[in-house]
Amino acid sequence: MIRLEKRPQPSRFWTAATPVVAVLATMVAGGILFAALGKDPFVAIRTIFWDPLFNEQFAAFSRPQLLVKAGPLILIAIGLSLGFRAGIWNIGAEGQYIMGAICGAGVALAFYPLQAWWLFPMMVMAGALGGWAWAMIPAILRTRFNTNEILVSLLLVYVAENILASMSLGLLRNPQGSGFPGSRNLQQYPSAANPELIAGTGMHWGIVAAFIAVIFAYVLLSRHIMGFNIQLAGQAPRAARFAGVSPARLVIFCLGLSGALAGMAGLFEVAGPAGQITIDFNVGYGFTAIIVAFLGRLQPIGILLAGLLMALTYIGGELSQFMLGLPAAAIQAFQGMLLFFLLAGDFLINYRIRVGRTAVV
Amino acid sequence: MPRPEARFQPGPMGRPAKQGVSTVKRRTLLATGAAAATAAAFGLPVSAQSPTKVGFIYVGPRNDGGWSQHHHESAMKMAAHFGGAVELVEQESVPEGADAERVMTQMALSGVELIFTTSFGFMDATSNVAAKFPNVKFEHATGYKPAANVSTYSARFYEGRAIMGHIAGKMTKTNKIGYIASYPIPEVIRGINSSFIHAKKANPDVEISVIWIFTWFDPAKESDATRALIDQGVDVILAHTDSTSPLATMRDSGAEVYGFGQAADMAEFGPKPRLSSIIDNWAPYYIDRVQAVKDGSWTSVQTWHGIKDGMVGIGDFSEEIPADVRAEAEALKQSIIDGSYHPFTGPLNKQDGSAWLADGEVADDGALLGLNFYVEGISGDIPS
Repeated sequence: MIRLEKRPQPSRFWTAATPVVAVLATMVAGGILFAALGKDPFVAIRTIFWDPLFNEQFAAFSRPQLLVKAGPLILIAIGLSLGFRAGIWNIGAEGQYIMGAICGAGVALAFYPLQAWWLFPMMVMAGALGGWAWAMIPAILRTRFNTNEILVSLLLVYVAENILASMSLGLLRNPQGSGFPGSRNLQQYPSAANPELIAGTGMHWGIVAAFIAVIFAYVLLSRHIMGFNIQLAGQAPRAARFAGVSPARLVIFCLGLSGALAGMAGLFEVAGPAGQITIDFNVGYGFTAIIVAFLGRLQPIGILLAGLLMALTYIGGELSQFMLGLPAAAIQAFQGMLLFFLLAGDFLINYRIRVGRTAVV
Repeated sequence: MPRPEARFQPGPMGRPAKQGVSTVKRRTLLATGAAAATAAAFGLPVSAQSPTKVGFIYVGPRNDGGWSQHHHESAMKMAAHFGGAVELVEQESVPEGADAERVMTQMALSGVELIFTTSFGFMDATSNVAAKFPNVKFEHATGYKPAANVSTYSARFYEGRAIMGHIAGKMTKTNKIGYIASYPIPEVIRGINSSFIHAKKANPDVEISVIWIFTWFDPAKESDATRALIDQGVDVILAHTDSTSPLATMRDSGAEVYGFGQAADMAEFGPKPRLSSIIDNWAPYYIDRVQAVKDGSWTSVQTWHGIKDGMVGIGDFSEEIPADVRAEAEALKQSIIDGSYHPFTGPLNKQDGSAWLADGEVADDGALLGLNFYVEGISGDIPS
């Protein structure tokens, strides 16, 4: 007889162990999946987790790519995690990411072809502002009209995607692009570009910003009253209200900050790796960051590691696709398993499994 | 932005870009020479080479039923043709932009010698990666940025559109035909114009409604557009997107509507609603280009082939089409093949009524590749 028993206290051991267990369980279950597809599971797992880092043919290229892919994920996830801790669910980071990119690129293109040192900082501010403003819509609707910020922020993603299409076709379209959709390439506009800072490392300003955000969030949560309020509001909303925490201010702060960080991530991406505003500029960082935030247990350092791990499964997943002929869907399933096992593992933090006779109550 | 075929740089179609040919040849010759020398030095027979690694990158899933699937199937035919002499590597659902660049770089690093990038939106990524790997050859579908180691290739889909347009004009009872358009780029505008011109020739009362959905592959959006057209009273629909969803929606709607297979034959939707189809057939081209790499004769070329060269296939005509219309469509096809007829032959006016092509004048390739306006008779604006 197996039964579940609620733990009197969340288990410290499982809190630390679930991410590791989840990764291992994903490897096992993924291995079975790959074997069922007729591939050698050990080779597949090695291709995903080992080759991007240590294969001498690829590693020199894919190690820096890890940072490029993880940067926006970490930056967005840090912002989301603060809200998630306080029970404020911003699901629309993808939209804020798009709006940040549009506003930042818009500033650059408005000044084209001016060369000035202040242009890039101004773009960063415009990017943050764009994301912030887009997040303010669900924030104000929630605080004024008590709407559900999950739905509003999510649906605004689709609005943002249509604005993106309109911008690529209209206002921001490259006048020298022979009529094709898409803006000028910012990589070819030195004052506006977000280039690799040290050649061969993949490090660009967005990754610097992601590291700063991790430190900032760490300090905020452990040293600042706002961080305390956020945690209190998430764990005991009533207590928080008695302690004088204004729920409305918290919503504005958390949504605004996560929007601004997502907007900055969008700006760094459009000025750097992506280069231009196009109809399909967004590739889902805003949604994947939700997984990263949870995978990192909503802890800043955890998110840093989770972002890198997620980036690794992306890059390794691509490698395994063309090296081993695995279908893209299998890689997505593999990534999904990671979150699944993590959430399942969370169960063990609050419950323990008892094997034996049912105790007579 | 994905994969549309686009404008080529000036230069004769289907012929090698002059610039860069000599360098590529020299490089290839050097490489081949070196390989032969190495093989000779180790006393190996020269023919016992390791298989040529050929890579394909698709914008959609390889089973999308349309565009990406046909590239994939053509790639498989190419691999089957060469048997063990070619190792095929593929990557599906690759987002355009930074991700595409990474995928191509990793392929090049893994020793792939020839990479086919099968979407318009891979263009800049292809150029960037090709510049970093001068010894790897690239083939970019529907692009317009050739380089010493980048060829471009596309098909004259507008020839197929002419035949579909003729059938549509004859089959519509409401005199309203519809067009599900992806992106406002010359390839798509060419398709709309060609369809309309020939529908109008077959039926002077015909009108065309165009819906822009800004995606190549999104079955839900394609289905919504189909329903919207049916609601407007349209009874023949042409689609310029990658999935089978428009035909499936027509079949399930229960309405008297007809459509066409796009990129793939989609014969499973016949005899109704599918009347015929435009089939992309890349296999002969792929075999040709891979053979060129194996022979060391690969050079950068710009290819734009139509029905005559077999790159555009016309699917079987459904029994739903009256026999005389089928005969007309067949005759139209033959006249395009033998060159006696060009789908863009004057007199044709632009949408605003100004003259475009005089009587008997044929549009040149340059004008077609940059086509950015509707012909007279189409209402509505091209999004900008």
